[in-house]
Parts: sequence; structure tokens; C-alpha cells
Amino acid sequence: MSEVLMRVEGLKTYFYTARGIVKAVDNVSFTLNRGEVLGLAGESGCGKSTTAYSIIRLVPPPGRIVGGRIVFEGQDILKMSSEEYRRKIRWKKISMIFQGAMNALNPVLSIGDQMAEVFMIHKGMSKKEALEESAKLLSMVGIDPKRLRSYPHELSGGMKQRVMIAMALALNPPLVIADEPTTALDVVVQAQVMNVLKKLQKEYKVSIILITHDLSLIAEIADKVAIMYAGKIVEFGTAEHIYLNPQHPYTRGLLASIPRIRGEIKKLEWIPGIPPDLVAPPRGCRFHPRCKYKFEPCDKEEPPMVEVEPGHYVACWLYAKR
Amino acid sequence: MPRPLTIEPNEKTILYTINLKTLFPVRRTLTEIFTRAPRRYVHAVDGISFMIEDGDIFGLAGESGCGKTTTGKTILRLVNPTSGVIGYRPRKQLLDAWRDMGYEPPIIDKFGSIDIAKIPGKYLKPLRREMQMIFQDPYGAFNPRYTVYQILEEPLIIHGIGETREERIDLVAKALEAVKLTPPEEFMHRHPHMLSGGQRQRVGIARALILRPRFIVADEPVSMLDVSIRAEILELMVEVKQRYNLTYLFITHDLAVSRYITNKIAIMYLGRIVEMGDTRRVLDNPLHPYTKALIEAVPDPDPKNRFRIREIPIKGEVPSAIDLPPGCRFHPRCIAFDQHPEIRKYCRTIEPPLIEVEKNHYVSCWLYGTPDEVMKLIKK
Repeated sequence: MSEVLMRVEGLKTYFYTARGIVKAVDNVSFTLNRGEVLGLAGESGCGKSTTAYSIIRLVPPPGRIVGGRIVFEGQDILKMSSEEYRRKIRWKKISMIFQGAMNALNPVLSIGDQMAEVFMIHKGMSKKEALEESAKLLSMVGIDPKRLRSYPHELSGGMKQRVMIAMALALNPPLVIADEPTTALDVVVQAQVMNVLKKLQKEYKVSIILITHDLSLIAEIADKVAIMYAGKIVEFGTAEHIYLNPQHPYTRGLLASIPRIRGEIKKLEWIPGIPPDLVAPPRGCRFHPRCKYKFEPCDKEEPPMVEVEPGHYVACWLYAKR
Repeated sequence: MPRPLTIEPNEKTILYTINLKTLFPVRRTLTEIFTRAPRRYVHAVDGISFMIEDGDIFGLAGESGCGKTTTGKTILRLVNPTSGVIGYRPRKQLLDAWRDMGYEPPIIDKFGSIDIAKIPGKYLKPLRREMQMIFQDPYGAFNPRYTVYQILEEPLIIHGIGETREERIDLVAKALEAVKLTPPEEFMHRHPHMLSGGQRQRVGIARALILRPRFIVADEPVSMLDVSIRAEILELMVEVKQRYNLTYLFITHDLAVSRYITNKIAIMYLGRIVEMGDTRRVLDNPLHPYTKALIEAVPDPDPKNRFRIREIPIKGEVPSAIDLPPGCRFHPRCIAFDQHPEIRKYCRTIEPPLIEVEKNHYVSCWLYGTPDEVMKLIKK
């Protein structure tokens, strides 16, 4: 029986800009089980990174979480004070591999120094103990522990990314959020980094939320997939549901737009138009201006999430009863 | 028996390179100057030969740092080659323009090609009307203070096309229509930041098209775009290619994209072409151990993949392009090198040439012909 690790309910994160309120994440709900990998996909600006930043409570101003609940191991982590969250949750329970990790490392500290910091601060270890722990972590992600003495500029992009993964796993958190962890890496290195993630996930039964616009990459690791569009989840299901039986026109469009390296060459499709401005999103279904199946209710009323088969949810009027 | 690659231009050839090299000198340290150590070089492009025919979309693929972009820039003389030939068949318009400037370029083959590598700098300008480039980053390729109209008008002014402003407005409007930014009036007065990524790349394509070139180097034109709009830009590039009889050199690290759009492909590793040929042949039946590893690493949207670890048949990391490994430069990372002790002595000492293993499929690897066999063929 799978145990629920985190339940996100009606999450709303808005950005209060001079142009108006940008509803980056608008009523997002999903459930994540322990040891499960969730892929969160969508075009740039769809709110997938903001969802991640909301969970780790690092939404940059002028952004604010304005509604919803995030129940993690039975506690609503949005109700905690930021001090309490920092002490109890961040990095101990939920950690994050940031986008562009190459630049997230401090260039003037050696790898060992910055890795040891995690243990010294959170576990009160001495420097020596912390460095020993760091060495173990490095070999876990396939890097020679001698590299502890290296500085970030002496490592390749793939190695830096693996250091970031190691740091995210340092305190054995039950949930790791990986935000575009392989962007800017070459395919061979990307495959190696994904292998490291896969192995660690199996070994430590950690839950991962993988955020990327690349649906091919999500298929490499995710058990469940959520497709986001304009601040909302439009389809949610197991990897098999999403890849083999996609229902939402947006998901279908995304999948039909990916060129393949194997098999027959199919003519690619694309989704015309551009995602809406989230200051004034379209009425009704937010996808309707780009949708080729648009019909009468789409531009009037927002479609509800309906379960089309067990565990497979779609927000589209094609499937909803009115 | 496999044949070594020879570059023999034919009536359809529009561009070819023979043993093209672009090396960048490395700054010497004080110790090196005192000890008179020889100057060292980054071997960005290290002796490559290929041939592009009229109407081709020729893919140049490889990991970052393999020299694919430098190759593209060298062909356009945005970077000067160190040695080698860049043969290009000019249009009459280009020869006329040079004649007006009092320049008569030497013809290097019986089809009237000229050697771009040898054109003096001051005569490059008319060449730009024939050869253009589309850049990877549509966010960085434009002056942010220019409007779309100014961006597209600039090349017209530089090349003296369009006598009056009305004429130029007309040409700009036509270029915008060609890339489906319609109605053009709506886009002309926008600044780059007011466009989406896809629209910006369309402006990039329009800027390359506006001089009516024949040959375009497209450097990763879709890699900065969302997957959902990549297909649209790729289709647009195919459409304008057909409409304006263009030929592309398509530089990309994405093998799935090149499988979709290119008809020929060359795989580069550390400044050399390791495998080349018809795209389908190369990507569906890769022969070089490096190409095999690259293809194995490409993820595809199949949920079954999550149950397996992708074994990538490659070791270590890309070495520096300054101190290249001797012999085959791939051998330190090669799995075949470990599996075939009988060829190791060649891999470690002799650089393998490209040989034709099947029709229009070249590979540079000692697995497909020992040096004795290959040398015999070269002598013939």
C-alpha cells in the first residue's frame, strides 16, 4: 500500500507586479506518494518552477503564496513560520536541485567546504566528520572523493551537477525537487546524471519531483506525470496514462511535437500560438485559444478535473459532463 | 572493400571543405616564453572535409566544444581558417559585384568554385549577400533598442538594397510575411522584448532571408525554444528553403532534431568528423563507437525507460582540445578499444581517415579497415 507523502491542495502563488497580478500557480492540487517520482511538465512560464519554489517556500518577491495547503507528512507546511520551516523542513525533509546548478556552487569555496557546511549547520558535526560524510556522498554520485579539494571551476558541468545532487541528498530527505537538472548538459552527461538519479531513487526510496519541459526526460524516471498549462494542471496520471493514452489536447500536442531518434519519422505537429499572459488569462479553459477541439463551453466556463480512468485525471470539456 | 573519402565536387556541389583547420593560439605563460616552449593551440576544427549539394540540409552534430559552431563560423569567414580549402560555387551576382570592385577571385575547380578561405577581407562584404547565419539565441542576436523594422532594414542599408524607405518597408514586410509574422505592420514597430521566443527566432530567420542568400548556416536555431514550438520553426525553415532554393548547414547537438530535418549528417568529436553520410543511414545504423554512444544517450518518450538504467557505451569525459590524445582522439573513451585488442596499436598511434563503409556512409575508425588496407586504397 502506498503511503501519501505530500498533498498539495488548491495551491495559489501570485506575483504582484506593476502590470497586475500574475497568477503563476492558480489552484494546483496533486498527491505524491512516498518513494514515487512525479514529473511536472509544461512550456516555459507555465508555473512549474513556481510550484517547486512554493513547496520549498522560496518564492522570490513580488511573489506570494496566497492560498491552498501543502500537507507534508501530515503537517501543513504553509502554516509554519519561515523560521520553523527552515529548521524543520528545508533540506532535512525537502531539498532541491536548482536549475543551472553549475552556477549555484560558490566559486571561491572548495567542493568539500561547501558540502561540509550542510552537515555542520544541520547536524552540528565537526569539520572533520562533515568532510568524511561529504566524501561518502561524493562516491555515492560517482565522483572520486579526492575531488573534495577541487574548486567548482575545476569540475565539468556534469560533475558539478552531481555535486548538487549529492548536496540535495545530504540529509536523507524524503523528497527532492529537481528543477531542470540537466539543462545545459550534453546528452551523454545528461544520461549519466539521470542514471545517478535513478539509482539513488531506487536505493534510498526518495520521492522526486522532476521539473522539465522535456517530456522525453520525464519518461526516463517518472511514475506519475502532471502536465501544467498557464498555471494549472490540465492532465495528471501514471506515466503509462500520459504517454500511451494522453487525453488532453495540450498533452497530445506536446507529445506529437517531439522528434524521435528511433522508429519511423512521423510528421511533427505543433501547438499554434503562445501561452497566455497570466495577468489576464483567457476566460474558461485557459488553453481554448490554442485548442483545435474548442467548442461551445470552452471559452465560458473552466472545465473541472474529471477522472477518465482510475488515477487518470483530465481538465477538459471533451470529457466533462455538464 | 571500403574506399577512403575523397572530395570530388560535381555539378550539384555548392560548398565543400578540404582539410579545413581552425586553430586558436593559447596565450603563453611567462615560463613558457622563457623556456621557449612552442606555442600551443586549441584544435577547434582540426582537418575536416565534407561536401554539401544544392538543396541539402547538412547536419553538423556533436557535443558542446566539438567544433561544430567554429566550423560554421569559419565557412562564413566570421572566423579565419588556419589552413584548408572552403570551396563555394558563387552566383553570377556575386562575381559581378566583385568585378565591379576590381576583384577577380581564382577559380579552383571545373565548376567555377572559388576558395572562400582565400578571399581578402575587404571583398567579403558581397559574399554576405549569398551566405547568412541564423543564431542560436534569438534573445541575444538583436540590438534590444532596435525595432523589428530596424533590425531587418539594417542589412538592406549595408548592402544598398532598396533606393527609398518605401521600397525597404516593402522588402521588410515581405520578409516578415515569409516567416509568417502577419500582418507585418503589427510586428515592424515592436522591439525584440515584445516578442515571444518563437516570434523572435522568426525575425532571426527573416533577417537571414532578407538579402536573398543561397546558403545559410543555422546554428542551433531551435535549441533555446520550447519543445512545443520547435516543430513549427523547423517546418518554417523547410518551407522557406523550398521557396527560396536555399541550402542549409544545420548545426545542432540534438540528434533527434537532425534526424527529422537533415538529409545528410556529420558527427564531430574534438574537431574531427568521425562519421558522415545520409542521415538515416548514420543515425539508424551508426558505425562509429562515439555515434553509438551519442544515440544511446538520447532519451525518448517511452515510459518503459524508467525501469532500466541506460548503459552508455563511453568512458570518461571529453579531453582538452589543446593536448589531444595521440592516434584516434576518441580512443581513451572508446569501448571498442577495450574490446578489440587486435586494433589497439593502430588506435593509439595513427589517426584513422574517413572511409566509405557502405554507399554514402563514411566512418573514421580502425574497426572498419586496418591501416595497411586503407593505405593501399589511398595509394590506388
